[in-house]
Amino acid sequence: MNFIPFHAGSRQRKLWQFHGGLHLPDEKTLSNTEPAAPLPLPSQLVIPLQQHIGTPARACVAVGDRVRTGQVIGEPQGPVSAPVHASTSGVVTAIEPRAVPHPSGLQAPCVIIDADGLDQWAELPPPIPAFKQTAADDLRQRIRQSGIVGMGGASFPADVKLAPGGEHPVETLIINGAECEPYITCDDRLMREHAADIIDGVHIMLHILDARRCLVGIEDNKPEAIAAMRQAVSAAGLERLIEVVCIPTLYPSGGEKQLIRILTGKEVPSHDIPARIGLLVQNVGTAMAVADAVLRGRPLIERLVTVSGRGVAHPRNFRVRIGTPAAALVAASGGYRPDQARLVIGGPMMGYAVESDAIPVTKSLNCVLALTSAESPDPGPAQPCIRCGRCAEVCPARLLPQQLYWHARAKDLDKVQDYNLFDCIECGCCALVCPSHIPLVQYYRYAKTESWAREREKQAAEHARQRHAAREARLQRLERERQARLRQKKAAAPAKATAAGAKAGARTGAKTGAVAGTKTASQHADRQAAIEAARKRAAERRQAKAATADPAASPPPTANAGQETNAGETR
Amino acid sequence: MLIPIAAIAALASLFGLLLGYSAIRFRVEGDPIADQIDALLPQSQCGQCGYPGCRPYAEAVAAGEAEINGCAPGGEATMLALADLLGREPVEVDAQAAPPAMVAIVDEQACIGCTKCLQACPVDAIVGAAKQLHGIIASECTGCGLCIDPCPVDCIHLEPVPETTATWKWPYPVPRPTRQPVNQSANPSGQWQPQAAVPDVGPPDDAHRPAA
Repeated sequence: MNFIPFHAGSRQRKLWQFHGGLHLPDEKTLSNTEPAAPLPLPSQLVIPLQQHIGTPARACVAVGDRVRTGQVIGEPQGPVSAPVHASTSGVVTAIEPRAVPHPSGLQAPCVIIDADGLDQWAELPPPIPAFKQTAADDLRQRIRQSGIVGMGGASFPADVKLAPGGEHPVETLIINGAECEPYITCDDRLMREHAADIIDGVHIMLHILDARRCLVGIEDNKPEAIAAMRQAVSAAGLERLIEVVCIPTLYPSGGEKQLIRILTGKEVPSHDIPARIGLLVQNVGTAMAVADAVLRGRPLIERLVTVSGRGVAHPRNFRVRIGTPAAALVAASGGYRPDQARLVIGGPMMGYAVESDAIPVTKSLNCVLALTSAESPDPGPAQPCIRCGRCAEVCPARLLPQQLYWHARAKDLDKVQDYNLFDCIECGCCALVCPSHIPLVQYYRYAKTESWAREREKQAAEHARQRHAAREARLQRLERERQARLRQKKAAAPAKATAAGAKAGARTGAKTGAVAGTKTASQHADRQAAIEAARKRAAERRQAKAATADPAASPPPTANAGQETNAGETR
Repeated sequence: MLIPIAAIAALASLFGLLLGYSAIRFRVEGDPIADQIDALLPQSQCGQCGYPGCRPYAEAVAAGEAEINGCAPGGEATMLALADLLGREPVEVDAQAAPPAMVAIVDEQACIGCTKCLQACPVDAIVGAAKQLHGIIASECTGCGLCIDPCPVDCIHLEPVPETTATWKWPYPVPRPTRQPVNQSANPSGQWQPQAAVPDVGPPDDAHRPAA
């Protein structure tokens, strides 16, 4: 099973099958018949500073600044991060939290640009047509500067993914053109219309990775895309490097691990990445963006977005600038139909419902789905699990959804991880086939985010413990130093004490008439006498003070007295 | 009669020596139970348990001097974790759910720069100097509230840490009432329910039939 015979250019390739999966009505013809239309520039763009996994970018423009198309407006912070670019020219009118495409419906920091309609481009970095003669690091740097992230949905910074490290060299690059989710057709249109660009991007990535071959996996429900891609490969003369493979349509074949299984028969180890077994998967959109960045110097400021579902008048694909509000897309599709019931971002299986279309298009947003209630019927309340096991039969990750469900429902986060919760890709197959309509994926998402939150809390607690320990150590050190200073003072005291002792001795000597102040008396006795005398004087002083202070009952003066008065005044 | 006695005595002395040796050779420094308890505590060092910090409370619990429900910021989850670790019976916790994470905020208009909060902060999360405005490093603040009482002008208060897209958690699916608007909230997971999905595993009836 591990040995894969590779025949360059052969169309008869052995394919494997992943476990489970579902044949879904694909609903692709709703939106894939027309070419992607460029959307007119909206008057205002809302560009989130975090459109990738990792540290958010930091805004490097100020309110009131004029920006040009392609200008960096957010700088990456840290190694796993990506810059954000202005998608059109205009004036920055605000940098503030706005609603972003996220299942929470929460706001996140965004740069708001009022477009001037001129779309003047900033000075772009020079194109690198001779990428074959360019070092991989320089190309990776260009990809990072261009803000390219995985456009299949995970939005992981592409430059980081393309640098898998020395110990696991990537042999095979896999390009994901499966697009297995129903309704979504943006990758289909992209492959039909920009196959040559995608192949250029693949070629660049092969050069960066120094990989031997590339497999492009496309589901067989997209024959036009397969034909276009094959033609582009032969036109570029890259048949020996790149093979376009037609794979059977079966949801979720576009999952990273599932596609690897179909094309190579290999299994990615649990909790590990494909680079571990010498593979790397990138989306076709990412390949296109890489070609744009390297061959044209253009940053990632636009993408294809599908607007589909029977809840919009005219479903189709659009070429959209990042930051365009989803409402503008829906309006360009003819607006909502009266029976539109739900708005979903992403596909119907893995997407999430949003309350409002006042959210911007981001780098990883591939579909705006307006569904009617007939398309997404209310499944009704969840019934008890009848242990039919159909969820386990369809699970493409070969998990035990039922066990995961029990433990997630019991909030037993340790147990649910024992059943490999984090290998769940949230494809939704289990919930779809569940005859009891149990929202299984929601339980898994709850358990995942709850586990992450616990982990964060644990790390925060450990951090606080260290800081507390450091503070305690510092206080102890200061106390030791104070003691040491006191001891030093005491050690320095005998010299004075002798002098004081001599005086005291003289006084006592005068009273008692004994011979005093002479060098015959031992120093020890002198010192003792001095201490005794000092103690007596101190006791007398204390008594006197107590007698005078008691009626007044005033507290002893402290170091903070002045500040307290000060505070009192302010109050 | 003598042989068994001798054998038992020999064995006893052998194991005695072995145990005595291991007690010296494999001696554990510190109190591992207290360490484990300390690891479960939220480390806010708030002192609400009556001990000056999390470590002293952990030591008191390890020694059996303190109840396991003393930790207010930890709430029920910490109590259950301690009960699990120590094999004790769970006890009543005042607040059922752990209170939300808090962060201290200094009112910049009122702060007089007295440095008293600096001395009170158990994790050195407040920066400032005498007669200078004090500021709280939000990422280091544990929200223990120990800085509030010492402030002579009451310029410090606690606020819940705002939720962001990075810290947001999917809600626990609640059994929903039967009647609800069909719109967004009816199906918050965004789960699509087409009628014509076909599993790739053959008819379910066959799949369930035990293999002959």
